[in-house]
Amino acid sequence: MSAYLDVRDLSKTYSGQGGSAVRALDEVSLTLDRGEVLGIVGESGCGKSTLGRAILRLVEPSGGRVLVEDEDLLGLGSAGLKARRRDLQIIFQDPFGSLNPRHKVGAIIREPLDVHGIGTRRERAARVDELIRLVGLPEAARARYPHEFSGGQRQRIAIARALALNPKLIVADEPVSALDVSIQSQIINLIVSLRERLGLSMLFISHDLSVIRHVSDRIAVMYLGRIVETGTVGGIMDEPLHPYTQALLSAIPRPRAEGRRQRIVLRGELPDPANPPTGCAFHTRCPAAMPQCSVDRPALVPRRAQAVVRTTACHLYEVA
Amino acid sequence: MTTPLLRVQDLSMAIGGTPVVEDVSFDLRSGEMLGLVGESGCGKTVTALSIMRLFPEPPGRITGGRILFRGEDLLSTGEAGLREIRGDRIGMIFQEPMTSLNPVFTIGNQIEEAVLLHRPVGRAAARRRALELLDLVGIPAPRQTLDRHPHQLSGGQRQRVMIAIALANEPDLLVADEPTTALDVTVQAQILELIQDLRTRLGMAVLLITHDLGVVAEYCDRVAVMYAGRIVETAPTADLFRRPRHRYTQALMNTIPALNPPGSPLPTIAGQVPPPGRRPTGCSFAPRCPASVVQCPEVLPEFVGADHKARCWNPAS
Repeated sequence: MSAYLDVRDLSKTYSGQGGSAVRALDEVSLTLDRGEVLGIVGESGCGKSTLGRAILRLVEPSGGRVLVEDEDLLGLGSAGLKARRRDLQIIFQDPFGSLNPRHKVGAIIREPLDVHGIGTRRERAARVDELIRLVGLPEAARARYPHEFSGGQRQRIAIARALALNPKLIVADEPVSALDVSIQSQIINLIVSLRERLGLSMLFISHDLSVIRHVSDRIAVMYLGRIVETGTVGGIMDEPLHPYTQALLSAIPRPRAEGRRQRIVLRGELPDPANPPTGCAFHTRCPAAMPQCSVDRPALVPRRAQAVVRTTACHLYEVA
Repeated sequence: MTTPLLRVQDLSMAIGGTPVVEDVSFDLRSGEMLGLVGESGCGKTVTALSIMRLFPEPPGRITGGRILFRGEDLLSTGEAGLREIRGDRIGMIFQEPMTSLNPVFTIGNQIEEAVLLHRPVGRAAARRRALELLDLVGIPAPRQTLDRHPHQLSGGQRQRVMIAIALANEPDLLVADEPTTALDVTVQAQILELIQDLRTRLGMAVLLITHDLGVVAEYCDRVAVMYAGRIVETAPTADLFRRPRHRYTQALMNTIPALNPPGSPLPTIAGQVPPPGRRPTGCSFAPRCPASVVQCPEVLPEFVGADHKARCWNPAS
């Protein structure tokens, strides 16, 4: 059976002033199985949010294909896309900006049902109650406004709305990044348990590798619009291959009594995406860069014995 | 034992009559880095602003305590005296480097200003110092950067400029309020390594305010954990992470994904932080505490311990 989601060479170019162009997404390919969680990690400007939005066509891709159950979303007209969108939902980072402050929570959660004309009035009300229970909100939430809730509770409201149509795929874009540590753990638990109970496929986008590690089956690491490495959570965390992944892992301070470790501190900063380096985009900061890295762009290809589950875009691993 | 560089003693601060920070005490020695850690609304930023009296009065008001900096009580220092100390003996950096820099002046202007405000030197000397500082904080192409405006720099570079300004007069104390929270993790590593390096080289003390226990674990000598306006535990960093005593500290650490097996249910803390004005008479954590005993909501516990101390009726052993 083919993957639920199969993204091939997806690109998104934003044109700027004076003919300059920013390749926010540069031929990104990935697959996602039914019930699988793929964590997408990377720093600001790496294209991870654009990737999530381009897959759902919330931003229109410039090229590539997005196959959902073998049907290309990019070939669909507006009616076909609307029908497909029932299966594909998104949760955003900011639980303050993503809920209409003038609507009561019940109406917010019911909105997707209204839009798709699902059920009778009574059935929709029952579904809203069910969703409110599912995400652990109090019964009385239905008749209240978003501003009466804390950040964590608002994220529960956003999750309930995303689940209203029984989607198959959720794109979660930094869903816990705006929350305090103790609230963050509650929402992570909710996401993990919903995923298990509902068999959801999920793209979990975050800059925080420790959160990604906790919720994902596999990880894709992005740098400057491209995926540079993919692997299982264990594979990436225990044995990062790409020098960028290694630096990213090494940069995370660990809350442990052992104190400071030697870390790889990268030189310089993220290059301008409007003027990306030639060859491997990471070569300007890479501690292991070789002459060919500034010339040839390495392809994302399977590595070593774990050929099936591990891919890396790096010349270091091309020596047979 | 020598007197500490900074001694905060029973500091209390209220906004509009509502107590926000209550009886906060800690010492900071020269060259030491102290982490003040806690979640949103715990009073850590207000504590930092109180030390420098950088809040609007009214509605804010210090309601008690002393802040001894090099033996001088900053609470009885006049505004003119405070202005001499701020930016000179005490440097400050904040979370958002964009809003802390003036968008209409060049980077060079703003660093020179910080020097000229406190040093009897001319423009040319101030400019030389600005160049030296940009070099010190690791800005690429420091000479060109002098003539740039804040919007032309990245977030990491702006934070480096803020550090350069804070260090302009080689302060004895750097107060850093979430200095890396707005930055990417690889840039955060650069900035923290820089602060670490400068502290060693200049013998500067650092008060680091953060919500990130990882940052605390790797960079701070000591930690003070705040909850609902009070310090609940202080300890040498390794001790705190090895054996947290206060039930809040313990609960907070337990919730961290990095310390739990992937996919396992994370321990959570039930309920919410009580807002200022609605804190219980006893321990503020009591309503959420799984180990609460009968006196917890009623009577505020005293600190127990010396170097590692916690105010908890039923501490974790």
